[in-house]
Amino acid sequence: MRKNLPKTDVVIVGMGAAGGVAALPLTNAGLKVIGIEAGGWLSSRDFAPDELRNGARNWPQSVQKAANEAPTVRASSDVKAMQGGHPMMNAVGGTTMHYWAQSWRLNPWDFKVVSETRARYGADRIPIDSTVEDWPFGYEELEPFYDKVELAVGISGQAGNVRGKINRSGNIFEGERQSEYPMQPLRSSPFTDLMGEAAHRLDWNPFQGPAAITSELYDGRPPCQYHGFCNKGGCHVQAKSSTAFTTIPKAIDSGNLDVVTYARVTDVVTDHNGKVMGVDYVRGNEEFFQPAGVVLMASYAYENVRLLQLSKSRAFPDGLSNNSGQVGKHYLSHHQGSPVIALFPHDLHNWYGLPAQGVAIDNWADDNFDHAGLNFIGGANLWAHTDRKPISAAKMSTFGRSRNWGSDWKRFVMENADRTNTAYIQKTTLPYEGNYLDLDPTVKDKMGYPVTRITARYRENEKLIAEFSQDKMEQWYREAGAIDIIRTGLGDLMGASTHAYGGTRMGDNSETNVVDRWGFSHEAPNLGVLGASVMGTSGARNPTLTVQALAWRTAEHLVTNWRSITG
Amino acid sequence: MPVKNSNEKNKKISSKNQFDSSRRNLLKSVGVVGAAVGAGAARPQIIAQDSLETSPISREALEVLTAEEAETLESVCDCLIPSDEHGPGAREARAVHYIDKSLASHNKDARESYMLSLEAIDKHAKKTRGQPFYRLNLDYQNSILLAVQNDKVPGCSPSGSEFFNIVRNHTIDGTFCDPYYGGNQNFVGWDMLKYPGVRLGASESDVAQGAALEPNHQSAYDIDTYTKAASNNATNQSRGEDNA
Repeated sequence: MRKNLPKTDVVIVGMGAAGGVAALPLTNAGLKVIGIEAGGWLSSRDFAPDELRNGARNWPQSVQKAANEAPTVRASSDVKAMQGGHPMMNAVGGTTMHYWAQSWRLNPWDFKVVSETRARYGADRIPIDSTVEDWPFGYEELEPFYDKVELAVGISGQAGNVRGKINRSGNIFEGERQSEYPMQPLRSSPFTDLMGEAAHRLDWNPFQGPAAITSELYDGRPPCQYHGFCNKGGCHVQAKSSTAFTTIPKAIDSGNLDVVTYARVTDVVTDHNGKVMGVDYVRGNEEFFQPAGVVLMASYAYENVRLLQLSKSRAFPDGLSNNSGQVGKHYLSHHQGSPVIALFPHDLHNWYGLPAQGVAIDNWADDNFDHAGLNFIGGANLWAHTDRKPISAAKMSTFGRSRNWGSDWKRFVMENADRTNTAYIQKTTLPYEGNYLDLDPTVKDKMGYPVTRITARYRENEKLIAEFSQDKMEQWYREAGAIDIIRTGLGDLMGASTHAYGGTRMGDNSETNVVDRWGFSHEAPNLGVLGASVMGTSGARNPTLTVQALAWRTAEHLVTNWRSITG
Repeated sequence: MPVKNSNEKNKKISSKNQFDSSRRNLLKSVGVVGAAVGAGAARPQIIAQDSLETSPISREALEVLTAEEAETLESVCDCLIPSDEHGPGAREARAVHYIDKSLASHNKDARESYMLSLEAIDKHAKKTRGQPFYRLNLDYQNSILLAVQNDKVPGCSPSGSEFFNIVRNHTIDGTFCDPYYGGNQNFVGWDMLKYPGVRLGASESDVAQGAALEPNHQSAYDIDTYTKAASNNATNQSRGEDNA
């Protein structure tokens, strides 16, 4: 029996990076919010410094709902999709519990890829099969919301452009900011100093990247302890600014947020006119209907798309908000593959430190350099970071210097355990015809619902950026003294990723986009979508802060326009 | 067996720096903004390692493997990460003990692969060298393991090269994991890599020392934040006093 619950103002599906942020402005405005979360609450005690459990065995993801509904993946529609893993986790706070916490603003170019490319290089430079559009607004529109989120969540970093004043310790290529970061950047390390000095010698502009990690006492939370178990691990002192430790507790303190844990939304319910009425969810063996004035979808890109596609009704026979056939389109996942691995002739002192403690190069990202003589648009952010653990050190490549076992191998790892480093290179990725998400025709989750099927591959533009950025990264490592370099393949398959975008793209044109410039459905006005599924471009950097700024903006818009949206 | 007396390797380690009590409270709080604590308080308290007491090998239970499988596997692990003139290897780390335990839990899907492949390796040893694998000298063992890696030993499952990758991964896990899981005993794996150990914080000076930083030889689960006792303040405090 489905139990009908009392109506609430807003239901947020998913209490992660996006939903966890949106809850705060909504509840501060007095709206009653129910957050429905597939995972539960985790505590500091859950984050032991344990590489085997967290890293090798993937504990944060492996025991979760997401793992039961991992997408299937294929490069193109003529091959069978195979199920892989799911990169995200379920918990109050979502993947902000164990993410690297790099917290970037997008570059202004990322909002205007089409118009800027046309103006500077000509229309024929946009890949012919790309469905990329300009965002419905520019960086300036989102700037105040970046600012609010940086303050509310707690971001550390070095500004490079505050109201037009350039600071060369920060990112000189960033869009103009109104304020400094609320906290100074994380400290540097012997290795990031080494890389920073090398970049200076190349006349590049190194800087310490921004992180949702405290570098000083902030809002009652202690500073980062640099113990080195950030990657796939939560923070034992709450220095990582997960929404579970920042915005969500504050929203709960307002008295206006209830979080329902271990609950799985199965349907967004609409009436005959296409108005959203609420959500059905399952908790254990009980079924509930939670009526709401507004529903905000805030699960991960794959699950946002999937839940819309599963929510079929008389008004939306092909899935909610999909009467224009745009749900699942314009999908892309960030090209983060094709790393460069370097071997140094000395120890790097990286046993302690975290992925967000890194030095960045933006000289080759976005449109920060002249592409006139090049055959691609966009670029890559280069990131050299600390983070070394024994198991992963022992599993490193031997650079062809020994076979991968036995006495020679043992000598190699004994000497080089702290001497290699793998760069993180995030590359502009575009949406294309033929890259999309739909429901898998055969693979189902444990409840019997089809999982998401990813059909997507990287195209020429991404591969050219990958090769170009590997050249730059190799140059950087060699300048810093690397004696050997491995460059791994550029890859083709655009698989399940922690940086998944599109599927419910935001734009003014309702024929090519699912949500409007405010994040509300073009077809079901009291349905909002939060998360990178609304983003039409990736930029060359981690999406979370942009997701959070957009979520805050959508929430404020809802507060201001409550009557028209729910009317 | 080259395992040292357990008394000498499990030294009691105590911390010079006590946990700040407000920090201790913060660590226990969930989703709530905690007390104001500065960076200076961020030193872990380290408790005695009684829980790491290592049993002599003769007293290890086999949870999944048969005695014969364990013997073959022990030799395989020894080929992969040998005990040699450069120090102890997978044997001293008790990688086999780790793998056996893991086959009952996280790695249970690999059980069949071990069963069939270890049998195939042993058969191959008897057929080509007239002895069980574990009795062969290291050169013969290495050549058979190389043949496994190159898919030249029949009967391995899912294939020789795949089994090789599985057992190599698990041997590394068992040699370099937190000792809680039954491997990396006496921290031989971490010492091999000059990893100074898990700790709750690393200062700039800790980092600057690199491999020269004194290894602290503790399991994550020796740190009282992660012990069951952490939920019991009274127990915590009495432990703190014991180790002051």
